[in-house]
Amino acid sequence: MHILETKAINLHYGDFHALKGISMVANKNTVTALIGPSGCGKSTYLRLFNRMNDLIDNVEISGQVLVDGEDIYSRRVHVDDLRKKVGMVFQKPNPFPKSIYENVAYGLRVNGINDKKFIEERVISSLEQAALWNEVKDKLNKSAFELSGGQQQRLCIARALAIQPSVLLMDEPASALDPLSTSKIEELIYSLKKDYTIVIVTHNMQQAGRVSDYTAFFYMGTLVEYNETKIIFTNPQNTQTQNYITGRFG
Amino acid sequence: MTHLDTELQQLKDNLIEMWTLVKNQLSKAQEALFNNDKDLAREVVSLEKRVNAFELGIDQDCENIFALFNPVAVDLRLVLAIIKINNNLERQGDSAKGVAKFVIEFDGPFDKHLLDITRITEMFTENITMLDELTEAFEKEDGVIARKTFKRDELLDEINDHTTAVVAEYIRKNLENTEQALQILSIIRKLERSGDHSKNIAEEIIFYTEAKVLKHKGKDKK
Repeated sequence: MHILETKAINLHYGDFHALKGISMVANKNTVTALIGPSGCGKSTYLRLFNRMNDLIDNVEISGQVLVDGEDIYSRRVHVDDLRKKVGMVFQKPNPFPKSIYENVAYGLRVNGINDKKFIEERVISSLEQAALWNEVKDKLNKSAFELSGGQQQRLCIARALAIQPSVLLMDEPASALDPLSTSKIEELIYSLKKDYTIVIVTHNMQQAGRVSDYTAFFYMGTLVEYNETKIIFTNPQNTQTQNYITGRFG
Repeated sequence: MTHLDTELQQLKDNLIEMWTLVKNQLSKAQEALFNNDKDLAREVVSLEKRVNAFELGIDQDCENIFALFNPVAVDLRLVLAIIKINNNLERQGDSAKGVAKFVIEFDGPFDKHLLDITRITEMFTENITMLDELTEAFEKEDGVIARKTFKRDELLDEINDHTTAVVAEYIRKNLENTEQALQILSIIRKLERSGDHSKNIAEEIIFYTEAKVLKHKGKDKK
């Protein structure tokens, strides 16, 4: 079953037509990379799935966005419930000004969970899943700001995982990190795939090749090509895709 | 033109230069055989070192492009194809050298009648034409021209298949020429193998230009 799906999605920011009739699906436990030049609509498309675009003025959306078969823009859906199911990690690590422990526990607490033992278990398992536990287990009460950039990003991933979403959206999650931290995030994405469905926006072609199963190439608000990553990077069917991934665009 | 484009163009230019050298090697080997020209044969043997140097250089350039540029799509297929074409051309260079060594070691001219009945001229001509057409196919990125090689290779296989019987009959009638007859048989085998290398090169050009893998496919599927 397709866990994520859009049907003929059009999105306008005022007069600007940012997404033009995009229909696409993502299957469970896969990683889909969204690539394309700046302003092509890939981040806007990513933000459809947790309704982050709702926060922007003058946005008009038509078409359907389905998560687990449910139209998430229908009136029946509460955004808070949706975001429990669909977690998000941003380009720049954005930990809260709290301890490492509290950063991960935060999502649980705001969702009304007070059971101390339950929270502790979930914090540990989330930090383990985010491949950060061994590095922070002796300093859980220290400020999250004491961590390196790469550790902070993994902390943000642990924070997203704590509420056990089924989908993880990642908007250039490693673009502000050094190669070693980038490699850790990529390994993490690979290992998380067995439990989550991941959609990642990236400007790094090699990263898209390394981490994703499927790749979608966006250009000027349209979905130019969507296929298995290995096909996109060996034999793209569209000339625009080929020109973009080989660095000959424009 | 991107930096990668410049590197790829340089790589292509080097390969074409090697291609021309190998074709000339085969041509000279043929001339040396027909004219019993030992000096020319020695030149072919000596120039084989240049073919080997080209092979090493092109391999190194491909390795560098992989490491530094991470080529994808058509660029990736080009570099992969060049690595294999490079290897096949080097083996064809070996065949030319092998023919030249026979000329150097054989005492006296080969019997013209033997050369005629084994259709060795045709084998040389087909091999050289294949190399010409393949160079053109590679430069023009044209799979149709590359496909001409498959038909020519079939002809080489056919001549090769008949050679054992032809040479055996010749030996029965010309026992004193047994040694040269066996050497000609060996040269025919080398030229047949060289045709196989050209066929491999044609498959690589089609992989590069059309993203199709024709290796180990029957004739009708090519």
